[in-house]
Amino acid sequence: MRYEAPESVEKACQLLADDVGHARILAGGTDLLVQIKTDVLDPSLLIDIKKIQELREINTGSGGFRIGAAVTGAELKEHDGLRAAWPGIVEAANLIGSTQVQGRATLGGNLCNGSPAADSVPALIAAGAKVVIAGPNGRRELPVEDIMVGVRKLALTKGELIVSFIVPPRPKQGGDAYLRFIPRTEMDIAVVGCGVSLQLDADGTCTFARLALGAVAERPLLVGDAAKALIGSKLDAKAVDVAAAAASAACRPIDDKRGTKAFRIKVAAVLARRTIQIALDRAHGKTGTTH
Amino acid sequence: MQDKAKSPMSSEFSVVGTRPVRPDGVDKVTGRARFGADLNLSGQLTGAVLRSPHVHARVLKIDVSQALALEGVKAVVTQKDFAPQVNSTTAFGEGTLNLMHMLTNVLAGDKVLFHGHPIAAVAATNAAVAKRALKLIKVDYEVLPHVIDVDEAMALGAPLLFPDMITEGVKPAPTTPSNIAKRIDIVLGDVEAGFKVADVIIERSFKTAPVHQGYIEPHACVATVSEDGQAELWVSTQGHWIVRMLCAKLLGWDINKIKVTAAEIGGGFGGKTVVYLEPLALLLSQKSRRPVKMVMSREDVIRATGPTSGSSMTVKIGATNDGRIVAGEALLKYQAGALPGSPVGPGCMCAFAPYDLPNVKVTGYDVVSNRPKVAAYRAPGAPISEYAVEAVVDELAATLKMDPIEFRLKNVAKQGTKAAYGPKFGPVGMAESLEAAKASAHWRTPLGKNQGRGVAAGFWFNIGGETTVSLVLNEDGTLGLTAGTPDIGGLRASLCMMASEELKVPLEKIRVQIGDTNQLGYNFLTGGSRSTFSSGMATVEAARDIKKEAVRRAAKLWELPEEAVEWDSGSGSVRPAGPNAGKHTPMTLVDIARIAGKTGGPIVGYSRLNAHGAAPSFACHIADVEVDPETGKASIVRYTAIQDAGRAIHPSYVEGQYQGGVAQGIGWALNEEYIYGTDGKLQNAGFLDYRIPVASDLPMLDTIIIEVPNPTHPYGVRGVGETCIIPPLAAISNAMSMATGVRFAELPMSPPKVLAALDKARAANTAKM
Repeated sequence: MRYEAPESVEKACQLLADDVGHARILAGGTDLLVQIKTDVLDPSLLIDIKKIQELREINTGSGGFRIGAAVTGAELKEHDGLRAAWPGIVEAANLIGSTQVQGRATLGGNLCNGSPAADSVPALIAAGAKVVIAGPNGRRELPVEDIMVGVRKLALTKGELIVSFIVPPRPKQGGDAYLRFIPRTEMDIAVVGCGVSLQLDADGTCTFARLALGAVAERPLLVGDAAKALIGSKLDAKAVDVAAAAASAACRPIDDKRGTKAFRIKVAAVLARRTIQIALDRAHGKTGTTH
Repeated sequence: MQDKAKSPMSSEFSVVGTRPVRPDGVDKVTGRARFGADLNLSGQLTGAVLRSPHVHARVLKIDVSQALALEGVKAVVTQKDFAPQVNSTTAFGEGTLNLMHMLTNVLAGDKVLFHGHPIAAVAATNAAVAKRALKLIKVDYEVLPHVIDVDEAMALGAPLLFPDMITEGVKPAPTTPSNIAKRIDIVLGDVEAGFKVADVIIERSFKTAPVHQGYIEPHACVATVSEDGQAELWVSTQGHWIVRMLCAKLLGWDINKIKVTAAEIGGGFGGKTVVYLEPLALLLSQKSRRPVKMVMSREDVIRATGPTSGSSMTVKIGATNDGRIVAGEALLKYQAGALPGSPVGPGCMCAFAPYDLPNVKVTGYDVVSNRPKVAAYRAPGAPISEYAVEAVVDELAATLKMDPIEFRLKNVAKQGTKAAYGPKFGPVGMAESLEAAKASAHWRTPLGKNQGRGVAAGFWFNIGGETTVSLVLNEDGTLGLTAGTPDIGGLRASLCMMASEELKVPLEKIRVQIGDTNQLGYNFLTGGSRSTFSSGMATVEAARDIKKEAVRRAAKLWELPEEAVEWDSGSGSVRPAGPNAGKHTPMTLVDIARIAGKTGGPIVGYSRLNAHGAAPSFACHIADVEVDPETGKASIVRYTAIQDAGRAIHPSYVEGQYQGGVAQGIGWALNEEYIYGTDGKLQNAGFLDYRIPVASDLPMLDTIIIEVPNPTHPYGVRGVGETCIIPPLAAISNAMSMATGVRFAELPMSPPKVLAALDKARAANTAKM
């Protein structure tokens, strides 16, 4: 196994493009190293991206954020601006693993590990975040929801890597939230995850909504019908019920060791209702965290 | 936690009942303590185990030649390298021992019986070479059909693990083989007659999942065998004399060839009372003439070391309208894993033990299936059967509209109660525990929304057994105490405190160690809640031995007959007695140590005994549980464990035992289970999906120590480590029933199962309306 630690995005792309075996990107290593240790993966080349400055930074500008792919959950938590604007994203990233893991695990890694249960992904999708991808032919952007196409399958082509996430400015009277269901209180993997982002107008009518689910399909899902049910409503119980039902209807889960199909479908609606409520409270300016 | 406040009941003591810092504490919190994997020897090889990829298969051929030819591979062993063993079962501690089964568990012979079953082991210069070598071992298998579930394993036509297994304990003996290794029957009185006079009878069936002890430290050892066959073994174990005996028998070596040192241990809970890697490491070292270190991965630990049994049970209890239980009957089917030896025996004995019942009938089955062989786990067998009984007792109390504590008090086991399994109880603390529960603030606190409160009783025998302790009086009057039962839960602190109490020597003047197998006579293992009881008894005896010797030495110095000198327990010194009183200045142990040389040489207190009179410990727990009606998730919001300790030598470690048992019981009740696919392979061999509780899952676990002294122990000690894991299962289930109005009959009560049960009940209610 070869190890490289390039200092530029271009060099990293070059290494990826030139590799004839199974190269893997190493960021925090909290998924990759475990998979190597348990014989799930046997990469020929590890490309450590932690020395690439651009990937380690959170930049603010015009109200939005550009978050480097190798920024850790703990670093997100320490960024006051991001925490105030997108608490759902920050909280989601900080549900991953233990405190120690959160000091290593990165936003890019959580997405590129390709797990449908990745906690930060539904929160990023709900926020309408985009991904900047660098490759041999330059850079391109994709919405977060278009990156994961199946379990461990990404929409990246040979030589491409994720450079950063572009998160829009927090809308006025907007709020986001992420909740997951796990059998314990922490140190677990989502059985269902739900991210919601909302915006209200002056009289409290919902003008913008996105709802995304994790762990209920082969990839995280953006549930358009749930958003439709919310937009234009005052987020009354009836509208929320319709959105929750849409969340359940969107699920196409499997029975596995973490939960049954029936359980995931039901709990998706429960989490949708609860997550919408927190996002709504935040849109109304109520502060406080969910965890 | 370090206040010197004593519990009011132990006021006759000055050290016992206080909370000093444990002598092994600093090493443990600084990382200096050396656990199983912490020893490394010069020239050491890495040992690795090849495990079966099949659930059940015949082994047609094992070819190790390519592995042996790989550079860096120094030895390979298979079952053929071990001494042949006899298929014979004997009583052993809290369970039984069959050396042929143990060998088969260490390395498979002509069949592999579960996924992960060891089949061969290699020693190589490093882990990477060892891993490559495992891949070069060629095994030809003939895959056989498998069976996992206990009821399916008992069914006619089930795949047989052993074509010659005839159920023991059935007369006349069955003529056809089955997966039922043994049947056990316990009968007291006449249950049929009892049920006839019952006004209310409740019968329910239950299922529980196998659960692992979940010790944080995986199995680990280092073995080194010299050219003349002198072996040393460093190992994380609950009993190094047991490891020595088992390894000697499996290898066909004399016991004196093997010296075993117990490393510091990172949890055992019964799971480190048998051998897995140790005989392999010894044999690999003998063959390679190099030290060999072996460490299991977490996956190996869960996949191939003993959990405790899963079960299928039916319990039937009858009571009269005035709340008197008149009959109790139970059918208990326990999974043994791939080899016989489930704890169904103690399960049967304990099932109804908290109660004084006239009529009891318990039938137990020990059933093999294609799972890892079970090992002891904290009160082996008892949490399972007592869970089922306590759930039915709770439903019975509710049906009779009686308070669940009052109902239990009305039927409580007390001094003179004849237990269904035979003995009459001496003084026991079941009623005291129930009364304390009733009087607790917890019992009277109002519940919140979606919350329920459950209680449950618990009983465990506790054991004694062979024990040796030595106590050396050093030249300066300080003391060196050597015990042979590994310290898992504060033993060293408790032993020092008993020696200090007996000799009136300050704690810091006593240094304690766990000796290796060459330093003391035989010690049975730390298990059965015996170490503070047995090694404590021996420590007190050894201290009394020192006192006697001190009297002898002073008498010699003063030229008085021994009867004319006495030990003054108030001052901790020897003095002339009777007509000679006041004639000589009393001598402390410091003074005696100084004259030891000229009065007869070194002074060593010694005690070797078979500790009899271990008294049972009873408990009553109260659990408050909140159930999320929309997700089925249960959260423990308040918990109080009330248990009889006989006497709490170091109350903090008694409380620690109670809390630890409760934490494990909560995991058992709510989330822990072995999850198998239809392919018979375990799907959750890791702490991510084998869900033991994490710290944030638990509220502060409150404890109340009851002290009904055990009259056979010099300080009144009862074992406390095991009873505390028994009540949580039913206490939580009963609380969840109260919170939801639904009776649960299957563990774990994981959210998908609970939500499905709630939805079913809601649908039934809607249909009624």
